[in-house]
Amino acid sequence: MKNTALTKTHEALGAKMVPFAGYNMPVSYEGVNAEHETVRHNVGVFDVSHMGEFLISGQNALSLIQKVTSNDASKLTVGKAQYSCLPNETGGIVDDLIVYRIKEEQYLLVVNASNIEKDWAHISKYNAEFNAEMRNLSENYSLLAIQGPKAVEAMQSLTSIDLGAIKFYNFEVADFAGIHHVIISATGYTGSGGFEIYCKNEEVKQIWDKAFEAGADFGIKPIGLAARDTLRLEMGYCLYGNDINENSSPIEAGLSWITKFTKDFVNSEALEKQKIQGVERKLIAFELNERGIPRHDYEIVDSQGNKIGVVTSGTMSPSLNKGIGLGYVPKIFSNIGNTIYVQIRKKAIPATVVKLPFYSN
Amino acid sequence: MNIPAELKYTKDHEWIKLDGDVATVGITDFAQSELGDIVYVEVETLDETLNREEVFGTVEAVKTVSDLFQPLSGEIVEFNESLEDEPEKVNSDPYGEGWMVKIKISTPSEVEELLSAEAYKELIGA
Repeated sequence: MKNTALTKTHEALGAKMVPFAGYNMPVSYEGVNAEHETVRHNVGVFDVSHMGEFLISGQNALSLIQKVTSNDASKLTVGKAQYSCLPNETGGIVDDLIVYRIKEEQYLLVVNASNIEKDWAHISKYNAEFNAEMRNLSENYSLLAIQGPKAVEAMQSLTSIDLGAIKFYNFEVADFAGIHHVIISATGYTGSGGFEIYCKNEEVKQIWDKAFEAGADFGIKPIGLAARDTLRLEMGYCLYGNDINENSSPIEAGLSWITKFTKDFVNSEALEKQKIQGVERKLIAFELNERGIPRHDYEIVDSQGNKIGVVTSGTMSPSLNKGIGLGYVPKIFSNIGNTIYVQIRKKAIPATVVKLPFYSN
Repeated sequence: MNIPAELKYTKDHEWIKLDGDVATVGITDFAQSELGDIVYVEVETLDETLNREEVFGTVEAVKTVSDLFQPLSGEIVEFNESLEDEPEKVNSDPYGEGWMVKIKISTPSEVEELLSAEAYKELIGA
């Protein structure tokens, strides 16, 4: 089991620790609902240093990235980031990721912790053709997500740049909490605004401590992985391994907006055909009409009780106080407003297909 | 960890308070703290007679679902309906307002097999 540079800090705060993607990670501190509320209304800090970081450099860096990712990285200028995915050769997804353009010929790819080795092997395979310089920085870099509507105000005293001026999915390389050259990125997995801060492992404790000092008057609190999941699910953000995997296509998953056929990429021909001809099943978002909580792997059934799909993510939404979820169903059941049913133990609970996000600030 | 001496316990982390032939049942302080924020308590066995160890309901935390097991054979005569709107009472007051059901017990001899506070304390290593 690996630790992040902050594991002892979390333990000292009384966090409940769980193994996640090979790391010993904080799942909650004071309780998931309170932590969820902190991020929705104030500001909270997540240690997500388990995430993987690959630095891709050289004159063919862009060509390699264009080949392996679905979004169009040629649109990125220095200081911009984009959400993207790595399609596999057989119609599914190797991983989802964020691509940052750090310099003219240098990109940072941020991938899921559980997929670091798989992604590295996959990208390396295609790099045989491009010969870009690839460095896996995952073990050396830490990542803090400082999220919530008060993040800008609470953190402004820690840096000389204007945090409020960084637009969504833009970033700056600047000083922060006395550390030089950290990436301050206006991204996150919560839908409540804020930043993600990339720094070296030996720098992260200072940043964590200063962030809590600066945020004290704003009610800043540490947030665990359990609230990270309820926050992302209220926005309908996909979680790799649940909502997308090696067998789900980006078109089925509602990720057409990051699948750009303006360029050639892995399996792009088949995906383009899918996009034009339409898909047979789609990832839907639903809210339960009655009490109950949908869970990963519960069956979705029709009014006759026939299985039509499966729940990929589900929870009791802390903000809405109702059961919400994502799942795949045949296209004919996927229209907004349709009624489907989630089999929860002995009962089929009616649910309505809704538009994302479930919750907006 | 709060383990009241006057209550009986099961290895499934439930507590039992006996009043004549009626047993009030809930989950222990240890159980609620392990589960985290409880968001749903479902009991659909009201008025049913169940054997010991049968599932009488379900308690759901944000991340987990756990079955509730009948600690003693008998009829479920009451469900704490206030938990439908305020399941968080199980977290805040597990031995008081967070009680779950009352059972009219049918096999009094089973009571002797319940754990004492001491034995439960040992079970959870408290």
